[in-house]
Amino acid sequence: MPPEMHHAALQDGFRAALWADAPPDGLTAPNPAEIAQRFKVYRNNVFHSLTRALAARFPVVERLVGGEFFTALARAYLAADPPQGPVLLHWGESFAPFLEGFAPVAQLPFLPDVARLEYLRGRASHAADAAPVAPAALGVDDLEALHLALHPSVHLFASPHPAVQIWQGQQPGAPKMALKAGPDHALIARRPDFALVVEPLDPASFAVLTALKGGAPLGAAARHGDLTAALTLLLTHGLIADARKGTPA
Amino acid sequence: MPHLPQRAGLGFKPEHFHDLMARRGQVGFLEVHAENYMGDGGAPHAMLTALRADHALSIHGVGLSIGGAQGLNRDHLDRLRKLIDRYQPESFSEHLAWSSHGAEWLNDLLPLPYTDETLATVCAHIDEVQTHLGRRMLLENPATYVTFQASSWSETDFLTEITRRTGCGLLLDVNNVFVSATNHRFDARAYLADFPLGAVGEIHLAGHETEELPSGPLLIDSHGAPVADPVWALYAEVLDRTGPLPTLIEWDNDVPALDVLLAEVARASDLLGHATKGQADAA
Repeated sequence: MPPEMHHAALQDGFRAALWADAPPDGLTAPNPAEIAQRFKVYRNNVFHSLTRALAARFPVVERLVGGEFFTALARAYLAADPPQGPVLLHWGESFAPFLEGFAPVAQLPFLPDVARLEYLRGRASHAADAAPVAPAALGVDDLEALHLALHPSVHLFASPHPAVQIWQGQQPGAPKMALKAGPDHALIARRPDFALVVEPLDPASFAVLTALKGGAPLGAAARHGDLTAALTLLLTHGLIADARKGTPA
Repeated sequence: MPHLPQRAGLGFKPEHFHDLMARRGQVGFLEVHAENYMGDGGAPHAMLTALRADHALSIHGVGLSIGGAQGLNRDHLDRLRKLIDRYQPESFSEHLAWSSHGAEWLNDLLPLPYTDETLATVCAHIDEVQTHLGRRMLLENPATYVTFQASSWSETDFLTEITRRTGCGLLLDVNNVFVSATNHRFDARAYLADFPLGAVGEIHLAGHETEELPSGPLLIDSHGAPVADPVWALYAEVLDRTGPLPTLIEWDNDVPALDVLLAEVARASDLLGHATKGQADAA
């Protein structure tokens, strides 16, 4: 490459070479025969650091497929859909959809939903803060007309597969349990002490909580199932940020 | 604008939160990577808020891609502004490197040639950062594994000219100097003799790994090991010339127990103490 080569073109070549076998043009080293080995440090840094960042967000997916396979999987995902900005806290929204179309994991039909659960768990950990209301806030007349604002970290997760059970089975110290057939449902959220909650739900509780999260008054939510159980769960984990009558904020 | 204290500080890792709270004030300052604190809420902000109450703070960005040919990411500048408004750090620093290609984030500090063109680009980007953030920034010298045929400036002249044109300060990473000098077979002391030490607002010290090439060692800036002895020696020589400067122990991978890091902090503190005494004796 000639010295007058412009910076943008040089960076295009550098970026392309991260994905190629040969280093880009325009590099030098004390021993030019070693340029490829030197350039490899950058290639390793890029792929290794992004693979580890992905694994940190999807540790159960990594455990389920194994470290070596995960590295290859990460490379395919990076090729298809690299991160689009320097804040990696929320990276990976497209990982589950990618897995759905990735033929080598087609024999693990639950895997995309496990990834989706892990993604939502990550979202919960960085969601906005909101102080929980005291249980007394629910001690009002006309309880049926009350609307709740759930904590911003609350996600309601549903899968036709036993994805929640599979995720639980991969947690440290989890007992060996026989899997029941799906569907699985769970509440995913962050408690005021920052602990992350993945609480399995029965379908009726999932429906009640989904209605509450959607702003339905308690009376309407109760038509889906056991409202008391749902409220107890929310209060236990400090997940009600506001409770008021009238239209939800 | 307040300054970092002329003491030894530590890169904050969440696993050390409780130990650091129990030893409030023992480290001179804390440094965090800006991009790890760009979520809306949760534990990172709670920990940083608690620690900030008792520690001077350096916010160290890895996301701006100042050495990129393309324009800066304005959304990212806005996020930085918000973070800096919230925590009011004593220092903000970034790197002489690029990490973005189009919208794609490459997650590594990639090298650039030192030319009139890149000088103009980098200076325009630093002007934009300093204007957007309303403050002076520090720019860190890189650790590199290759150099460019196109380079027409030495790295030290390039950095000197950047400080002259933009008024920014420098973050002198002594390990990076040693890594680059070893990798490119030049003399680290000659580099430091040419380095504009008057612009240095902070020093970084970190560990590296060694690979072997046929022609000799290739050092990797791994941030996963103790600071090497030759780096300590160079650091002491810099302090002889500058007097004490805020000095950070960086350890980002295979992070050990806090005590291991505090031993490194204590070693830097010793050298800072000698530098302070040397200055007093000379006065």
